[in-house]
Amino acid sequence: MSTATTQKRSFGAAVWDYLTTVDHKKIGHLYLAGGAMFFLLGGLEALIIRIQLMFPNSDFITAGLFNEMLTMHGTTMIFLAAMPIVLGLMNAAMPLQIGARDVAFPFLNALGFWLFLFGGLLLNLSWFLGGAPDAGWTSYASLALYSPGHGVDFYVAGLQIAGAGTLMGGINFFATIVTMRAPGMTYMRMPLFTWATFITSVLILFAFPALTINLFLLMFDRMFDAAFFNVDLGGNTIIWQHLFWIFGHPEVYILILPLFGLFSDIFATFSKKRLFGYTAMVFATMLIAFLGFMVWAHHMFTVGLGPVANSIFAVATMAIAVPTGIKIFNWLATMWGGSITINTAMLWSLGFIPSFTIGGMTGVMLGSSVADYQYHDTYFVVGHFHYVIVGGTVFGIFAALHYWWPKMFGRILREGLGKITFVLFFIGFHLTFFVQHFLGLMGMPRRINTFLPGQSLDTGNLISTIGAFFMTAGVLVFVYNIIVSARDEQAPADPWDGRTLEWAISSPPPYYNFEQLPLVRGLDPLWIEKREGNGKMLPGEPLDDVHMPNGSILPFLMSFGFFVAGLGFIYQTDNKLWFLALYGGMAFALGCMVVRSLKDDHGYYIKKEELQKALDREAK
Amino acid sequence: MSYDESLFPEKMPHNPERATLEGKNKFMGLWFFLGGETVLFASLFGTYLALKDSVHTGPSSDELFGLPLVFLMTVMLLTSSLTSVYAMYHMRNNDFKKMQLWLGITGLLGIGFLVCEVYEFAHYITDYGFTFRSSSFGSAFYTLVGFHGGHVTFGIIWLITLMLRNAKRGLNLYNAPKFNTFSLYWHFIDVIWVFVFTVVYLMGKVG
Amino acid sequence: MTDNVESSHVDAFEKERSKDEMKRQVISFALMIVFTLASFGLVASGKFSSMFVIPVILIMALVQVAFQFYYFMHMKDKDHEMPSTLIYGGVWCAALTFTGLAVITWW
Repeated sequence: MSTATTQKRSFGAAVWDYLTTVDHKKIGHLYLAGGAMFFLLGGLEALIIRIQLMFPNSDFITAGLFNEMLTMHGTTMIFLAAMPIVLGLMNAAMPLQIGARDVAFPFLNALGFWLFLFGGLLLNLSWFLGGAPDAGWTSYASLALYSPGHGVDFYVAGLQIAGAGTLMGGINFFATIVTMRAPGMTYMRMPLFTWATFITSVLILFAFPALTINLFLLMFDRMFDAAFFNVDLGGNTIIWQHLFWIFGHPEVYILILPLFGLFSDIFATFSKKRLFGYTAMVFATMLIAFLGFMVWAHHMFTVGLGPVANSIFAVATMAIAVPTGIKIFNWLATMWGGSITINTAMLWSLGFIPSFTIGGMTGVMLGSSVADYQYHDTYFVVGHFHYVIVGGTVFGIFAALHYWWPKMFGRILREGLGKITFVLFFIGFHLTFFVQHFLGLMGMPRRINTFLPGQSLDTGNLISTIGAFFMTAGVLVFVYNIIVSARDEQAPADPWDGRTLEWAISSPPPYYNFEQLPLVRGLDPLWIEKREGNGKMLPGEPLDDVHMPNGSILPFLMSFGFFVAGLGFIYQTDNKLWFLALYGGMAFALGCMVVRSLKDDHGYYIKKEELQKALDREAK
Repeated sequence: MSYDESLFPEKMPHNPERATLEGKNKFMGLWFFLGGETVLFASLFGTYLALKDSVHTGPSSDELFGLPLVFLMTVMLLTSSLTSVYAMYHMRNNDFKKMQLWLGITGLLGIGFLVCEVYEFAHYITDYGFTFRSSSFGSAFYTLVGFHGGHVTFGIIWLITLMLRNAKRGLNLYNAPKFNTFSLYWHFIDVIWVFVFTVVYLMGKVG
Repeated sequence: MTDNVESSHVDAFEKERSKDEMKRQVISFALMIVFTLASFGLVASGKFSSMFVIPVILIMALVQVAFQFYYFMHMKDKDHEMPSTLIYGGVWCAALTFTGLAVITWW
């Protein structure tokens, strides 16, 4: 158990601490580390794709391997890089922003992380065990059903396990925000990042079950000879597409809404100005989430649903541009007349505005069902979604990391290196993806492993690949920044003259976050105290013993059990002995659940004397 | 304030299941989870509706289903929902023994439901050759109804674990939320069953 | 630490209110059984066309489910605004999923 002062401890003790932690801040670190590792992997896969496509008729990698690369690049980046990093940020910042000491279900929080990690590990083991999945990140039923080898089975099992983790995260954040806000923090006084966490949790809750079922259906068809997608027995492959996109469309809003919330906080902080149109921003976020469930078939315009269905989905798709546009204008209005600081976090945010807007614009173009017949399955789509995901989510992640790095790790990332990263990555990003819109319009289909010379595609692809090298350089500089700033001086509690509660406590915070939960007097609670009080939060409760949860190795063990069971599921078609792994793994995981239920775990109390000492130390 | 004082108060509040922060969290957590389960089952129902006419060479829903057994199962599950309400009523009145009694009856009715369902599946497999693999209708039927049955099974295991673990402890603010969480879950699987018997069995017989 | 196995003092007013509540629950249960019987009867009789029966049994299912949520699960009580919102949200997404799969899969 750590104390407020750093203590020397062995490497083994540190590892055990992280293996058993239920502290949202440490779990945030874990998610970031895991997500970052998979981001590098996904980036490597992208680099290989781009090198293969640098020149026509290239045989840098075989066609089969190319299919595996593009599948794994997409799957890894979305499920194992972007989502975990976003969940990590939500874990790190949200409880602090609402003035809570942890999330509602700390044990479940840890379990969610380990499930993600083991799911991701399982998926990537496929590289070494006969080949990765190769049916695209969307794994459409027809192709996925008959894909030889076990690749797609790894996809099914890995995502099922990781997806369960995400669902748990969503439930946790939602319950936390409902029940554990500090005194005085009404819903309409929450920072936008917290609102975004709240609404994203609802999206996660309603979107992931569709994926869960879809994965079960594919699993049953591939591993147990069921007949959901098997046309001979009466099945229908369109079911896969419907369920996939009913999940998949809200999924992309899950990826972007938290970053929208973050940008709202960043623009307000670095313009030294209250967010413009707070209420409208909250409702716009809700509207985007709501509409996000009603547009899924815009991924299926060319499937043959007919003009009536297509038109309905086209109109709904275009409607989403409205609340999104409101957000863009409100961010601009927040900056207008403000006292602006341009640091790296702000650069990423400023870079996001035009980049995401372009992506959104091409999204509306794609939303026209008629025009989509021309764009569908071409590089135009690839250009669009990279503009919104990279221009939105990835830029947002870089901004968030610079913004919250002091709070999470007690160090400030170096500005010079940060700006270099930004410039390299920004240039590379536009080089790679802007040209892809034109490649698509000129007819280059997506997911092809090579192209012929003399079709006007050569230059575009070459430029696109050069951009990838720029982005790689930018990322490497960022990694260097992390390493080199680790030994800089300790960061102050409030390096940015912040407005929200997380800046009221030290960087990093003590393990219990707040000695006394703060009293919130309005929106931007810390700013109010700076302007109308003494710059410090007033206490919202009397000083008393604080209840804290105990750590536990069970989340790690349980996830391991499911991991083993996953391998069992995958290989039982080859050899019946694998049923031992299947049942053994499940029994082990269920056993962990039983142990958790039967063994009382009431946590422990921090005595108020210790908290008083910490308060006295701060006062000096 | 010691742990004991907070969880074993002199006077039990009238809503013990939501009197602590943990209770409130469990309450919100479970309702949230049920919202997600709604979409989970909707995906299964949608798949079922899309595939229920793909009978291949096997029997159709009209030939297969027998309403009397389904009616019996429905009454059992519905009654078990009522008995769990009784259990919660006694919990709120701080009557531990009666709560355990009604929870026990709930469990027995749930087991009865499952026994009937296993019998029904066995009957289809043996007498009609209607299996998970024999047609898309079969895959969809067994997955939908099976997932529901799986939820009932999980619920019964949960109930038995709760009852055994707390048998000697009596009611307090630590376990009251657990019983309430179970009870909400149990009602929800009855909600799903209402849709199962309507959409699968009744619509199956109407043709 | 006392084991709380015997019945102890609960506010008399709360007890009375619980009893009323319990009566309402039993009435709800009775109504649910009636609806169930009606649905089964409607289908078993075989006398009505499916165009009529299907919407009616679906509506009866929805009503039964409303009773289950509002009465058995206490959704009508105070402090259930958030659960209500979530269930309605879930029902909305469920309806979209269900309708999409049922209607635009084969057409």
